[in-house]
Amino acid sequence: MARAMVNLPASARRGEIIEIKALVAHDMETGFRRTQTGALIPRNIITDFTCIYNGAEIFRAEFYPAIAANPYLAFATRATESGTIVCKWTGDNGYSLTESAAITVA
Amino acid sequence: MNCGFTVLRSSCIASLLATVAISAFAAGIAPLGPDTSLRRSGYDFMGRETRAMQDDDAANPGMLWVLDGEALWSRKAGAAARSCFDCHGDARSSMKGVAARYPAFDAARARPVNLEQRINICRTGQQKAPPLAYETKDLLALTAYIGRQSRGLPIGIAIDERTRPFLEAGREEFNRRQGQLNLSCAQCHDDNWDKRLAGNAITQAHPTGYPLYRIEWQGVGSLERRLRNCLVGTRTQAYDFGAPELVDLELFLMWRARGMKIETPAVRP
Repeated sequence: MARAMVNLPASARRGEIIEIKALVAHDMETGFRRTQTGALIPRNIITDFTCIYNGAEIFRAEFYPAIAANPYLAFATRATESGTIVCKWTGDNGYSLTESAAITVA
Repeated sequence: MNCGFTVLRSSCIASLLATVAISAFAAGIAPLGPDTSLRRSGYDFMGRETRAMQDDDAANPGMLWVLDGEALWSRKAGAAARSCFDCHGDARSSMKGVAARYPAFDAARARPVNLEQRINICRTGQQKAPPLAYETKDLLALTAYIGRQSRGLPIGIAIDERTRPFLEAGREEFNRRQGQLNLSCAQCHDDNWDKRLAGNAITQAHPTGYPLYRIEWQGVGSLERRLRNCLVGTRTQAYDFGAPELVDLELFLMWRARGMKIETPAVRP
């Protein structure tokens, strides 16, 4: 099941600034809610996001309970070479999801 | 999302609803009535940022459910080991315009059924699979995917002799005062749609984008979930999912929005 989307232009000129949009679906639990009997429901959130462009980290974000359940990030980078842009989300309970997109730089 | 927030909100709604109702009668606003030129989608009441979220498929979280639905469409299920695709083929052509016609009359049940019920009739009848529970990810994903195929198409509810009694039942329900606050749907959505309630726009209740991603829900939900929210807000005992009363109301609301364009999966605050 597709639970993440990474969108960026399929091709770009060398040196051009491109926008990367990353969206992920996640069943969030803030860690502040309680059950009807008063027990705290354990936190379950995405804690980290990294974006790697041909092996080099170009963007990183840390998430906290106040962020959206299905976080959407849009950021820019300079197109340097053809290759793959890999986005990775990690979180509580061993959550890990990777989605990538290819780019051709002419 | 958060229980404390919900409780706080419904008590706000209770006190504010009374204020809004009184001020509206004083101002004497004309009801929405049959003048379709005054009709507005919930989209028109939203802020710039929320509109941008809906307009860009890369930013619209509802698209994640649509993509899930696309995967489910061709997944075999049930004792018949058949997928939706095996009977209906490519949904992009076979399901085009379908969601714009629902709720639609089902001869076997002798009453209108909504899209969720239609999917489950197919599942139990053709796929020999257990029905999907209301508001589960799979059912929402399938309805979002099928609804997406009608995006941009006008709502076209066909009313004939078989469906007319159900339409009238829905209309009666829309105009009937109910709940502890003794409010009808029409008192907000026909008489006071240009006002605000607890800071939120009161819209005209045209269900153009369901199932939709609601930021308050942080997820996708059906029209029935939204209707039940409204019922709780007026302190009415909410009907169960799939109850005939809810489907009749859905039929009336879709008919009332006839000609307006489907936005599924829409984004709403």
